[in-house]
Amino acid sequence: MELNAFIIFIAAIFTSNILLTNFLGMCSFLSVSKEVDSSIGLGMAVVFVMTMTSALNYVVYHYILVPLDIIYLQYIIFIIVIAAFVQLTEMVMERFSPILYYSLGIFLPLITVNCAILGVSLFMIIRNYSFIQSVAYGAGSGLGWLLAILALAGIRQRIKEKYVPTGLVGAGLSLIITGIMALAFVGFSGIVVIQ
Amino acid sequence: MKKKEIFITSAFTQNSVWRQILGICSALAVTNLMLNSLVMGLGVIFTLALSSFTISMIRDLIPKRIRMMVQTLIIASYVIIVDLFLKAYYPEISKSLGPYVGLIITNCIIMGRAEAFAGKNAPIDSMIDGIGAGVGYTLVLLIIAFVRELFGFGSVFGIPLLGDWWTKWSIMVMAPSAFFMLAILIWVINTPKLKRG
Repeated sequence: MELNAFIIFIAAIFTSNILLTNFLGMCSFLSVSKEVDSSIGLGMAVVFVMTMTSALNYVVYHYILVPLDIIYLQYIIFIIVIAAFVQLTEMVMERFSPILYYSLGIFLPLITVNCAILGVSLFMIIRNYSFIQSVAYGAGSGLGWLLAILALAGIRQRIKEKYVPTGLVGAGLSLIITGIMALAFVGFSGIVVIQ
Repeated sequence: MKKKEIFITSAFTQNSVWRQILGICSALAVTNLMLNSLVMGLGVIFTLALSSFTISMIRDLIPKRIRMMVQTLIIASYVIIVDLFLKAYYPEISKSLGPYVGLIITNCIIMGRAEAFAGKNAPIDSMIDGIGAGVGYTLVLLIIAFVRELFGFGSVFGIPLLGDWWTKWSIMVMAPSAFFMLAILIWVINTPKLKRG
């Protein structure tokens, strides 16, 4: 079935949120969500890198790996593409826009090991998306991730001074908040469905 | 440190999931069925043991600046082995795990053990540490999967236990319950530790 790219974009943000339904990118999600400012920074960096790497990996997969019949190397190639792209972005940013570099640059190395980035590339291959669909999926997933981390950071900032059982402080509490958020997002699932 | 101590430390007292909150992406994603969790856990044990061993073997040869990249490539090679093995012998499970097998590469536990242990210790010790961390991870997966599968499908390892009278909790199969289960697990395990001081 051919899905409209715009539908995929919307679905990736709400109904198939990469974090809340596929659990990807949890590590940096939990560690960076203490403050709203830094989570916006990381979120923006994720949106950018995710969109670009899903486009790059699509091209690499369909025009290099498939013709050469070396699909089994996809993991290694994808990781290299992502790492190289992040490194390149860091260098370009440092050279041309130091202000942007100091606000976003510190988050870039974190992104290489963010499983959501690799996950988006793998999902797009498994679901047989076209180029436009892949880019829409990448951008949508990035925005969905930004939305989730922003919401969590906002809630965590408010809850910081409240009383919580000691065993739950930190990760436990964040997980419960995320669970409630995921429940809320389940409510969107009637709108559109992509696997 | 004795071998047994290394194992106990990395599997239980310093368990990556509940002490350090690492590698939870896949811990959440595959735990709706026990079988998937077990296969995933075995894959992680295999990758962790061998990549720790390899990284420790060549730890003096890796230039400091590019060590992350080298480690990632070593890990990726082992993950490819796991992936091809599953595709060849267990195509059904491979299909239901989907991209999560490939995502073992970015599982922070493996990178974490490589950085924290394998980079400084002898190969055999590192391998034991890797197996320990993997066993600890598998344990967490199985505990969560047990509860989710029991309440969600009324079965354990696909064997129906609760029978027809059981109303299946569809929430247990969906995403949110994974977050709640992991949070409760962390809570339960950390509470007595804090009381003792």
